[in-house]
Amino acid sequence: MAATADMMRPPRSLWKDAWYQFQRHTLAMAGMVTLIILILGTTLGPFIYTTPINVIDFSRAIEGPSLAHPMGTDDLGRDLLARMLWGGRVSIAVGITAVVLAITLGTAFGALAGYFKKLDNPLMRVTDLFLSLPILPLLLIIIFLFRDTLRKLFGPEVGIFLMIVTVIGILTWMPVARLVRANFLSLKNKEFVEAARTVGATDARIITKHILPNVLSSVLVAATLGVGGAIILESTLSFLGLGFPSDVPTWGRLLFDAQNYLDLAPHLAIFPGLAIFLTVLSVNYIGDGLRDALDPRKGG
Amino acid sequence: MGRYIIRRLVIAIPTLLVISFVVYAILALAPGDPLSQFANNPNVPPEVRERIRESLGLNQPWHVRYVKWLLALVKGDFGYSFMSHLPVINLLIERLPNTLAVVGVAYILGIALAVPIGMISAVKRYSIFDHLATTFAFIGFSVPTFFTGLLLIILFSINLHWFPFIYDSTLKVKDFGSFIDQMKQSIMPIIVLALFDTATLARYIRAEMLEHLPLDYVRTARGKGIAERLVVIRHVLRNSLIPVVTLVALGVPAVFAGAIVTEQIFRVPGIGELLIRSISDSDTPVVAAIVFLFAVLVVLFNLIADVMYAVLDPRIRYA
Amino acid sequence: MEKRHLRRGLALAVTASIALAACTQTPTTGGSPSPGASSSAAGSFSRGQGGELKILYWQAPTILNTHQATGTKDYDAARLIQEPLASWGVDGKPVANGLAKEVPTVDNKGVSTDFTTVTWNLVSGLKWSDGSAVTADDVVFTSKYMADTDTADPNSDYMTGVKSVVATSPSVVTVTYSAPTANPYQFGTGGGNEIMQKAQFEKCLGAKASECPENLKPVGTGPYKLTEFKSGDVVTYEINTNYRDAKKPYFKTVQLKGGGDALSAARAVFQTGDVDYGWNLQVEAPVLKALIQGSSKGDYLGKASSNVERVNVNFANPDPALGDNRSEPSTKHPFFNGPDGLIVRQALAMASDRATIGDQLYGNGLTGTSTCNQLLGNDDWTSKNTASMSVCKFDPAAANKLLDDNGWAKGSDGVRAKGGIKLNVLFATTVNALRQKEQDILKANWEAVGFKVELRSIAGGVFFSNAADGANRFYYDLSMFTNGSTPDITGYMAGWTTKQIAQKSNNWNQNNYHRYSNPAYDAIVEQMRTTTDQTKLNQLGIQANDILIKDVVVIPLVNRFQVASGKSKALQGTNLNPWDSEMWNIADWYKTP
Repeated sequence: MAATADMMRPPRSLWKDAWYQFQRHTLAMAGMVTLIILILGTTLGPFIYTTPINVIDFSRAIEGPSLAHPMGTDDLGRDLLARMLWGGRVSIAVGITAVVLAITLGTAFGALAGYFKKLDNPLMRVTDLFLSLPILPLLLIIIFLFRDTLRKLFGPEVGIFLMIVTVIGILTWMPVARLVRANFLSLKNKEFVEAARTVGATDARIITKHILPNVLSSVLVAATLGVGGAIILESTLSFLGLGFPSDVPTWGRLLFDAQNYLDLAPHLAIFPGLAIFLTVLSVNYIGDGLRDALDPRKGG
Repeated sequence: MGRYIIRRLVIAIPTLLVISFVVYAILALAPGDPLSQFANNPNVPPEVRERIRESLGLNQPWHVRYVKWLLALVKGDFGYSFMSHLPVINLLIERLPNTLAVVGVAYILGIALAVPIGMISAVKRYSIFDHLATTFAFIGFSVPTFFTGLLLIILFSINLHWFPFIYDSTLKVKDFGSFIDQMKQSIMPIIVLALFDTATLARYIRAEMLEHLPLDYVRTARGKGIAERLVVIRHVLRNSLIPVVTLVALGVPAVFAGAIVTEQIFRVPGIGELLIRSISDSDTPVVAAIVFLFAVLVVLFNLIADVMYAVLDPRIRYA
Repeated sequence: MEKRHLRRGLALAVTASIALAACTQTPTTGGSPSPGASSSAAGSFSRGQGGELKILYWQAPTILNTHQATGTKDYDAARLIQEPLASWGVDGKPVANGLAKEVPTVDNKGVSTDFTTVTWNLVSGLKWSDGSAVTADDVVFTSKYMADTDTADPNSDYMTGVKSVVATSPSVVTVTYSAPTANPYQFGTGGGNEIMQKAQFEKCLGAKASECPENLKPVGTGPYKLTEFKSGDVVTYEINTNYRDAKKPYFKTVQLKGGGDALSAARAVFQTGDVDYGWNLQVEAPVLKALIQGSSKGDYLGKASSNVERVNVNFANPDPALGDNRSEPSTKHPFFNGPDGLIVRQALAMASDRATIGDQLYGNGLTGTSTCNQLLGNDDWTSKNTASMSVCKFDPAAANKLLDDNGWAKGSDGVRAKGGIKLNVLFATTVNALRQKEQDILKANWEAVGFKVELRSIAGGVFFSNAADGANRFYYDLSMFTNGSTPDITGYMAGWTTKQIAQKSNNWNQNNYHRYSNPAYDAIVEQMRTTTDQTKLNQLGIQANDILIKDVVVIPLVNRFQVASGKSKALQGTNLNPWDSEMWNIADWYKTP
């Protein structure tokens, strides 16, 4: 019976539609492919390209790219490609995790502040407090208070990773909160919200299912910009002695170490710089594609 | 609206009190010693260091120092720097013009460039211009400022000899020649900062405009026969700028706090350079003063941003 | 921004137990002074012949009164304006290029034969830059300022042991020490002893001293006077028309700018020629070498001193589980102390490749040379015994064998262990690109013989403090930094005695961070305190040095240069001086056309 068959067909899911839309966006796909290559490269790479990252050999210092060292060597004779692959793991992980944390915090704060009038003032004043905090002394205190505990619980590497990610997260959520709040304030009084209320939707449902998807574009831009920012911020922290130990070759750190050799050995800066640039660019195009895909008006 | 503003201003006072308390606690409890410069100096034995510490008032517990500092603050006295023994307020007044001349100008330039770039990118989406602008924005964004600054120095100062890279703050602009000199010495730090600001703002403006361009009212406006350019500028842009206003307003206090890395690289004696140096020297009075003033600006500009929303978007009501 | 810089000049503890029979003693330092007027082979020029001298420091001066200042930059900036009675010369002997007519000695009756009284004759007709006359009262006032406890002058140590400073006539000052002194030039010579104008500073005594506005615009007798001072930024000077030598100085104006970093300062000297003198170019050797070799504009000036960059071993236990008792002298380090302590320490030392660090990072004589001695600065007290010690030779095979032979077996992870104790070390130093590279090299060295090394870099202001992360508390296993001896080698070597162990009860304010206690070492230092014969003193110093090296209390790496500056090729007259300020003879600087 045709009618029953029709009624039995599973409803089209929003996410399947979104994925279909996403695939039609060429640059977003290109970005996704690049990002996957970068992630796979940095996670699996060290197992395939087994040149060690910390063998010091001054006789081969500051060499340009060659067959033995495809990305050249640094001033201590260490292979750059191996270091890039190893450190890239950390950089990408930090970039993405920290941003996810910041976005979650910021969106939560912003949504609640924008939607519930009573919460607006206290939440925004908390935002003001965080915005005014002096970052460096605060970091010194946090590191000093929590480093030993984290080190004991999770081991030195994971412990510091958690600390950095948390620190970047709590330092960068504020602009997101303001942005989300701004959007909520203007969308809160729109007709579709009223309509949802009349149908009996709870506040939680209205926030998450109705308003939030419309706020997505700003949040996505913040997120994509945030990934690059997080990677760079991590390098600044290392430079100040507050981040990963100096022998962890994150991309930001490699870039930082390369600055003294800019005219002697530009390849030391070009490769990590390019890596960061590609990561940020591909995340950006993925964000573009996501926004298009999730846009309810695109007929998806 | 008037009542809203007054209410916000009244709340600002306890907010600032709490912020000042938290900030001072952080500064007092953070590890670091203003006398660490003497650490390996055999000529300054521990007893002398103790005496110096006493003369700086560092022997009292921090909550006592906080109250003293707060009371002085209310009278407009920000205390004396540990390092230069100058009144902090003098230091700030001396450095503010340098910061505004570089960081402030860069900010304005950044906004001025971001609006047209973001707009055209949105309207001509995925065109060559959009791609170029996106790539350019992401270069400006994914490379840290210490790096862009260094690249510019190597290119323009060392190789081309066009611009000096050591900022001379004694230069006084009295005629066209000295004006050109001032331009020459500030153009590189301005570019470094403006690049960053333009990149961020242009992305946000583009995103917002893309949200608005497909909306019904735009179609209506077009349908009414209004020229495309007017539609975009008078209607779409204006509406898109609302959330961007928050970013711009949020960014203003940061202008006054200076650009730490850029000021250091180019040796611009601004507030950012003073801040980072005072933090590493543990020069608490200076840091406390700068951070507190920064907090005042943050609270003030958040209020300004909120008021501007209500003015720009009639749907927003606070009261 | 860390510069382990020892202040040039002397801080001698007067040996109170010198018998009066010391009347035939020659002073242990100083000795015969060099002739007064010319401190260098000066070219002939006249005053004001030159244009502007541009100097670049990568730390900006913040205050211009050396008696309230914290850093070398402030001392140097002030030295163009304020002068002491005499300077320390290039060879460590006093030179009369200051307010004094000549350097007092026993021969010219300036120093009494019992070494308690010193008479300084001021140059006649000497004027301050504001035209008023310089009198002995100004010197007396300066001594009062330095000694006053409320004023809290960081240079107050120079007044230790001084009984009185009296103006016997308007141009003669008599300094009396409370006991015969080995260093009659302690007060009045070198940086930190600059003379202040009484009329200007007498309202700045006591608690008001710190915030007195005069600190920022001192009046002096130097070749230049202040035009403008922007604290933390730039100082501009112009010729002091009242300067005593009418033919000097050469440059009409001087601009001393501060800020930025060392590498860009080096570029300003070597690549663009924007500045004439760049201070303390702490740049990695390969980069510095490339700049120097390629340069048509600048020359490099480097001079060694007593500074030693070294690894410090912790003899106490820094385990966080000990809570408040961490690194207290009562605890013992699990493997650097105890029955196998010496063996493990020796292995660590033998695995350390100081030659590579000295060659590759310091350019083998460019900014430093590798060394295996802790006491340096003068050939007379530098040990020649350490070169043949096994701990001073780079021999990882021997290190491995030593550990293998003593039961420290390598586990499956490559880390040696014995009796459940693993050789895990936490190695900390300051944030500094050069130091991080040293750490990388040492980490590779030590891991090759079975240690597991975790690196940490700590901001300078925190590392050099009593904070929990500080070098004093030593809450890690190994640390690394630099300092060096002054001519008072006794004071320096005393830094490893039991009495100077840093611990909670003295707020970690002492110098023996290692918590090292060795009665034999203490005995030698005690002997040094009572020795008056310089040769014997030097030998004892060598003995003490040898103990420290043999016992692997420290692992010296590099003898770092004191001065490592750059100047433009046309600039002449600079005379590098490791014992006093780099600006000590600025009146003699000139440019060839």
